[in-house]
Amino acid sequence: MNSATIRVENLSRRFGNILAVDGLSFEVAEGQLFGLVGPDGAGKTTTLRTLAGVMPPTSGDAVLAGISVADDPESVKHDIAYMSQRFGLYADLTVMENLMFYADLYQVRRREREPRLDRLFRFSNLGPFKNRLAGALSGGMKQKLGLSCALIHEPRILLLDEPTFGVDPISRRDLWLIVHEMVANGVTAVVSTAYMDEAERFDRLAMLHQGRLVAAGTPDDLMAGVEGEILGLEVDRLRAAKRVLSGHPAVLLAAVFGETLHATVASAERDGPAIVHALTEGGFRVDSVRTVPPSMEDVFIHQIARADSEREKAPTSGGRA
Amino acid sequence: MLNRTRLLAVARKETIQLRRDTRSLLMAFVLPVLLLVLFGYAISWDVKDIPMAVLDRDMSATSRELIDTFKSSGYFQIRGFIEDEREVNALLDRGAVRAVLVIPPGFSRDLGSGERTPVQVIVDGSDANTATIALGYTRGIVQSYSSRILLRGAEASMPIESRTRVWYNEELLSRNMIVPGLVAVIMMIIAAMLTSLTIAREWERGTMEQLAATPVSRAEVVLGKLLPYVGVGLIDVVLVSVIGVALFQVPFHGNPVLLMTLSLAFLIGALGLGMFISAVARSQLLATQMAMILTFLPAYLLSGFMYAVDVLPAPLKVITYLVPARYFLVVTRGIFLKGVGVEVLWAQGLLMIGFAVVGLAAAARVFRKEMS
Amino acid sequence: MTERQDSAVTAAGLTKRFGGFVAVDRVSFEVRAGEIFGFLGPNGAGKTTTIKMLTGLFLPTSGSGRVAGFDLMTEADAIRRSIGYMSQLFSLYGDLTVAENIAFFSRLYSVPKNQRPGRRDWVLQMAGLTEHVDRLTRDLPLGWKQRLALGCAVLHEPPILFLDEPTSGVDPISRRSFWDLIYELAESGTTVFVTTHYMEEAEYCHRLALMNRGRLIALDTPRALRETTDEPIFEVRVREAARAVEALQGVSGIIEAGMFGRSLHVAVETADGAVELIGGRLSAKGLDFEGIEPVEPALDDVFVARVRAAGGAPID
Repeated sequence: MNSATIRVENLSRRFGNILAVDGLSFEVAEGQLFGLVGPDGAGKTTTLRTLAGVMPPTSGDAVLAGISVADDPESVKHDIAYMSQRFGLYADLTVMENLMFYADLYQVRRREREPRLDRLFRFSNLGPFKNRLAGALSGGMKQKLGLSCALIHEPRILLLDEPTFGVDPISRRDLWLIVHEMVANGVTAVVSTAYMDEAERFDRLAMLHQGRLVAAGTPDDLMAGVEGEILGLEVDRLRAAKRVLSGHPAVLLAAVFGETLHATVASAERDGPAIVHALTEGGFRVDSVRTVPPSMEDVFIHQIARADSEREKAPTSGGRA
Repeated sequence: MLNRTRLLAVARKETIQLRRDTRSLLMAFVLPVLLLVLFGYAISWDVKDIPMAVLDRDMSATSRELIDTFKSSGYFQIRGFIEDEREVNALLDRGAVRAVLVIPPGFSRDLGSGERTPVQVIVDGSDANTATIALGYTRGIVQSYSSRILLRGAEASMPIESRTRVWYNEELLSRNMIVPGLVAVIMMIIAAMLTSLTIAREWERGTMEQLAATPVSRAEVVLGKLLPYVGVGLIDVVLVSVIGVALFQVPFHGNPVLLMTLSLAFLIGALGLGMFISAVARSQLLATQMAMILTFLPAYLLSGFMYAVDVLPAPLKVITYLVPARYFLVVTRGIFLKGVGVEVLWAQGLLMIGFAVVGLAAAARVFRKEMS
Repeated sequence: MTERQDSAVTAAGLTKRFGGFVAVDRVSFEVRAGEIFGFLGPNGAGKTTTIKMLTGLFLPTSGSGRVAGFDLMTEADAIRRSIGYMSQLFSLYGDLTVAENIAFFSRLYSVPKNQRPGRRDWVLQMAGLTEHVDRLTRDLPLGWKQRLALGCAVLHEPPILFLDEPTSGVDPISRRSFWDLIYELAESGTTVFVTTHYMEEAEYCHRLALMNRGRLIALDTPRALRETTDEPIFEVRVREAARAVEALQGVSGIIEAGMFGRSLHVAVETADGAVELIGGRLSAKGLDFEGIEPVEPALDDVFVARVRAAGGAPID
């Protein structure tokens, strides 16, 4: 049996004259928790739909467990599970009826159903709601039901499209727990998210922006790749301070985060004192300064900035409509 | 690819959803009965108070006596008197009256002298049922008044309109004709309204996307969705037939098994057509509209149910050859009223089966699980 | 920044029922003029319903409130004329150009004719759309559309602005610049009422109200919310997260353990001895870990703790 790896090769998908996915290539190893990270319109949903065989690619291919999506999308489906961004189960069927329907579709053997359901109910806490109509569940419960239906046939590959979107923090933790448990058991999972803070939890991730791959790697690698260092300063009159620092030559980027001002400089040691000085000179009161580790949001912003400047230097890259 | 477990899973899911959808259930079971009762009772044998005008050229005591006979019969309601023949057309056109009694100038003199006396009655033929009955009443009243009256009854012959009036419903519609026809129309309604929504609804709600990612095949989806509606349709055939026979005494001379078999074929074709529409339309709104135009209206207007095919204008007559309900009507009327069997209905039978095959094939071809 | 003490928005016991379903349950709060007030909570928590009551789109089932000095129940029309509103579902016309949308909303909000050109230019400049005046709105990238929608909502310079999930799905760069705009508006005196389900974004607000299942479960500045959470939080980096969470459940002294990014956040009863407690338990179960450190609770932790305090997880 082929290992549950995924290889995406120059995948593209066009809608009219919009290129939703533009020459995407990446690889996912077996048993890896892989993230597709990017805002709306980045191409995450389209990519996942293509991997799931729900939408044919315009060009390029994706090979899941040795099966090509372009050549044979139906064969892929026995080994994978897909959870669409929109709630895809039947609101007018009960929790149990939905689960049984999916068990039938994947021909899960009768005697295996009960133990699997037990396990799924334990993780999801859906047990007490077995006979409730799926439409009457809360958002978080709906997502857990969706995940349970996806897992009932014990797929080797999981494709989840923004499974935690808008879900309450408690349900979100439960969902991630289930996903991590699956991955620990050897399942390969590709999960998309627009939440930059969730990006940190993946083994590896691909950052997408407007259909293109902007960066790929482990969270640690990506964060280390951010140019310069970030200083977190507590100042009064944050916005005004930000404006001052934005004009400062040593500051690469200045942004307000809650009650702190983040300033990206080339070297914290060298530039730190300089900018603190600039602020105090300007009449600001600086309460504290410390180095903060870059967040995935910082990674995204730096990568976009880098991609933009590269595109400006070499405008002859093909493929963009 | 047709896997039994998956097929039945889809069928079970559709059945559960249908059971829980009040609107669909009403449409599936209450609507047919409602239509049956509506049509059945609308054709009433009791015609009373037919509005009538009188053109009395004689103005004698005798003529007034005759008029009184009409009045007191209870069947007619004298709405007024007219002076001039030209008013006849206008009154009938407007629908102010349904019949005009014309008493010629020499009426009482001729009657008194023992001559055969003509009395004319002009009847609005647009409602043939009432027309014939009205003529019948008139005959009766006049004869009872005097056997010497020669009744000349005629349907108003007017320029172009009369053609229209005759065209509309030339055959006397009776319950006997309606009930078998209604079976066909109801089948089409089920197909139109229910199945046309099923696939479109899944696209709209987002469940099709999720379903597409599973190994279920297109054939399993189409056939699985079909099964509950086949059940509903067959129940309706039985329901309408039983009520028709029990409540309206519609005769049933033929073979019930043959009826059910051919109904099944027709049903599958109609359902296939409904699903084809659902697969093409992808939105419930569009699906409903398409279904109305492509299945319901033709069945209602062009199958011979409302209007006899023969009296339709030529271009429409040609189109009726493409309306499956037309052939099914021959089947139902034949089985109910004439008791004929396969020897007579084999051609229609084959057409029904052909329809079933074409309907299913069209649905299976057009339906795609993937998003485009 | 102007420091007026009067409240721009007050709500007292606002409740909205739809049949038997209570969407908003006795919510009370006060928003000060010039403040950026955030409403944070998951989908279905009642944020949009609350905003719709405050903007006069829904009539409250019970309770009372005042917006811009007008009474919620009786002066809804006056309220609607004095506020700006950017709805969750996109409120601009995709088939109109940028200029046409601005013109339409100027007329809708009765911006005086002589002010229209000035306001128009201001919106274009603020949204960075001066060169794209004649583009169809639906062809704009999402971040630009959001800025345009914001601009159109403030054409008539309302004192209060209601934004319902304005940056949902937007890329981080656009989100930051959008918030720069919000800050500019707040600095010039506009009160901004924002709803979001995005914890990170909540940090941008001056004060936050946490909502869950129709109820208000906390109200304070982001910092105060973090600082006043009773339960100390310790962060542990583990390899087998699911097993670790299971291992730490039901241990006396440990309130809850949950996943947070690649680590676990463990809420304990007291900080003393927590490291040993957690470490000991994990080792006993044969689970590897590195570094157990106390951390400041994130808003995520605050939310979970408050929900717990309010009576249990929202399991149905």
